Amino acid sequence: MSTTPTTSTDAALTAGVPTPPRRPGDRIFSGAATAAGIGILVLLAGVAIFLLQEAWPAIKAAPEDIPGGTGLVDFIAPLAFGTVLGAVIAIVLAVPMAVAVALFITDYAPRRIANTLSYVIDLLAAVPSIVYGLWGIAVLGPAALGIQTWLADHLGFLPFFAGPVSTTGRTMLVVGVVLAVMILPIITAVTREVFARTPRIHREGALALGATRWEMIRMTVLPFGRSAVISASMLGLGRALGETMAVAIILSVSGVVTFNLISSTNPSTIAANIALDFPESSGLDVNALIASGLALFAITLVVNMAARAVITRNEDASR
Amino acid sequence: MSALDLTATPPRASLVRGSLPSWGPRGLTIGAAIVALGLIAATDVNAALVLVSAVVLCGVGLYAWSRAVEGARTATDRGVTFLVSSAFALAIAPLVSLLYTVVSRGFARFDYQFFTESSRNVVGAGGGASHAILGTLVITGVATLASVPIGILAAVYLQEYGHGRLKRSITFFVDVMTGIPSIVAGLFAYALFALFLGPGIRLGVIGAVALSVLMIPIVVRATEEMLKIVPNHLREASYALGVPKWRTVVKVVLPTALGGIISGVMLAIARVMGETAPLLITTGAFSSVNLNPVDGRMQNLAVFAFNQYKNPGVQREPYFDRAWAAALTLIVLVMTLSLVARLIQRRFGTETR
Repeated sequence: MSTTPTTSTDAALTAGVPTPPRRPGDRIFSGAATAAGIGILVLLAGVAIFLLQEAWPAIKAAPEDIPGGTGLVDFIAPLAFGTVLGAVIAIVLAVPMAVAVALFITDYAPRRIANTLSYVIDLLAAVPSIVYGLWGIAVLGPAALGIQTWLADHLGFLPFFAGPVSTTGRTMLVVGVVLAVMILPIITAVTREVFARTPRIHREGALALGATRWEMIRMTVLPFGRSAVISASMLGLGRALGETMAVAIILSVSGVVTFNLISSTNPSTIAANIALDFPESSGLDVNALIASGLALFAITLVVNMAARAVITRNEDASR
Repeated sequence: MSALDLTATPPRASLVRGSLPSWGPRGLTIGAAIVALGLIAATDVNAALVLVSAVVLCGVGLYAWSRAVEGARTATDRGVTFLVSSAFALAIAPLVSLLYTVVSRGFARFDYQFFTESSRNVVGAGGGASHAILGTLVITGVATLASVPIGILAAVYLQEYGHGRLKRSITFFVDVMTGIPSIVAGLFAYALFALFLGPGIRLGVIGAVALSVLMIPIVVRATEEMLKIVPNHLREASYALGVPKWRTVVKVVLPTALGGIISGVMLAIARVMGETAPLLITTGAFSSVNLNPVDGRMQNLAVFAFNQYKNPGVQREPYFDRAWAAALTLIVLVMTLSLVARLIQRRFGTETR
């Protein structure tokens, strides 16, 4: 069964036919292709093993040797908190926007310019994260001062906006907005494709029954695309969790754990902390940073695998 | 006379719902925009606040007007249309602002000197980023040379040879690899080399390995998608002529998908070219030209921009100018690659019929 010459033709057709002799070229080429495939598995296993190996000294080290002096968990926990907080803000802001943008491209924009519009959104995805960071600290941070002051004045009773307002705009809220801008194109790309695949007959049926455009979207497009929105959001979440440079440049950090989004003391994130501290670290500090990287790897792995599981289930169901 | 009275009686109005004039929504939006811009120009109130309230008032006004004339359902429809359109405008706003900022600030140092000189012994104004540009090209080039063959071969395996559990697990783990944070890829490359060459090692090639980890899954995904849409009858025609499988793949399948594969590879290059985090921790910073990836530290554009902005000298402006010029260079490189990739995709896209 292993040497059928084509994977594409029906197995039943070739079942009785003697398999042709395998040429050396065939063997070499398929061997190379298989080796490349296995190489990818080895590479990923290597990532896990080498990270674990380099993190190990920090894992078994005495608590007082870890930066902060109270052990690895106390070192990573505030960073993990900051990572999740920033990513959650980004997701809360980006998902409704991304769904609206995807709907605009598939259902509202004139046919002629819809393609161009999706290119423009894809360009957002092509902008390097360092440029987003520079833009965030030079433009968005100062521009958001007024809004953050307004939030502190009028919604200051909420823990998120307790203030006092940072005067530099280098806050968790600004980071969340920049992350939202960065993951918007990713979420949009996936949802747009699925929205566009909504069966035409569903759309036209709804319209024929007298539904307005919004009612048609609510009854056909959104239910069809719901799981795509969920999985795309989780892909975006994975991306926001691992984003480094924008956070490293913008955020003014002080290692606290707080829900206050607009003050000048913010929890750092795992990725930003590695980027900022790694170049100047040596000895066990490096191992501790690699251990925090391993934690980040684990978090994003779980999020991404969950997203993939949703996508796969959805594909099976729609088949 | 009486017939005229009949046509003007109310029953007709109850059968046919009224509707807004065709210029209604557009006119309202343009009117609100004019009033808002006038307010911003004439007074010194917060521009963002004026714009936000103009959009909100315009939306509410449109909804109320439509509800009064056309009823609740149509009003909701118009409201959502307004909402979706303004959300799109809001999503485009950062792109416009970002491009404007980078171009306007980057232009100050986007000059001949910036591209021809390195920043060796430069304190304050002057100097350039030739070392960073060359470093970016070398590191990305090495990463591309390593990832493209592996990526394309793995995609060929998945699409042409793979079956059973090995194929499923490779597909799954390629997906998992797509989600690896770039900083983790950098840590992996560092850990790998630190094991053999000792801690604190910084080389250009380590950065290239980190970028390969990020690049391979993108190349595999793009190539696999392209191989998938190569029609089966092309393969079968080739087999029918007695062509061995490997020559079919090399001479028929891959050339058919070539346009798509090239554009996928270019998008992957564009994606990793702007990576900062993994290079920051693997290649280190260096202010002279170094073209040898296996000897010593190497600078690249993204890390250059970061360092110039994060650690400016006493006189900050020259450092910030160089950072923005580097950002502009990066954006020009990355966007050119993306646009050319799309053109290739459109011009030489896979023939599916």
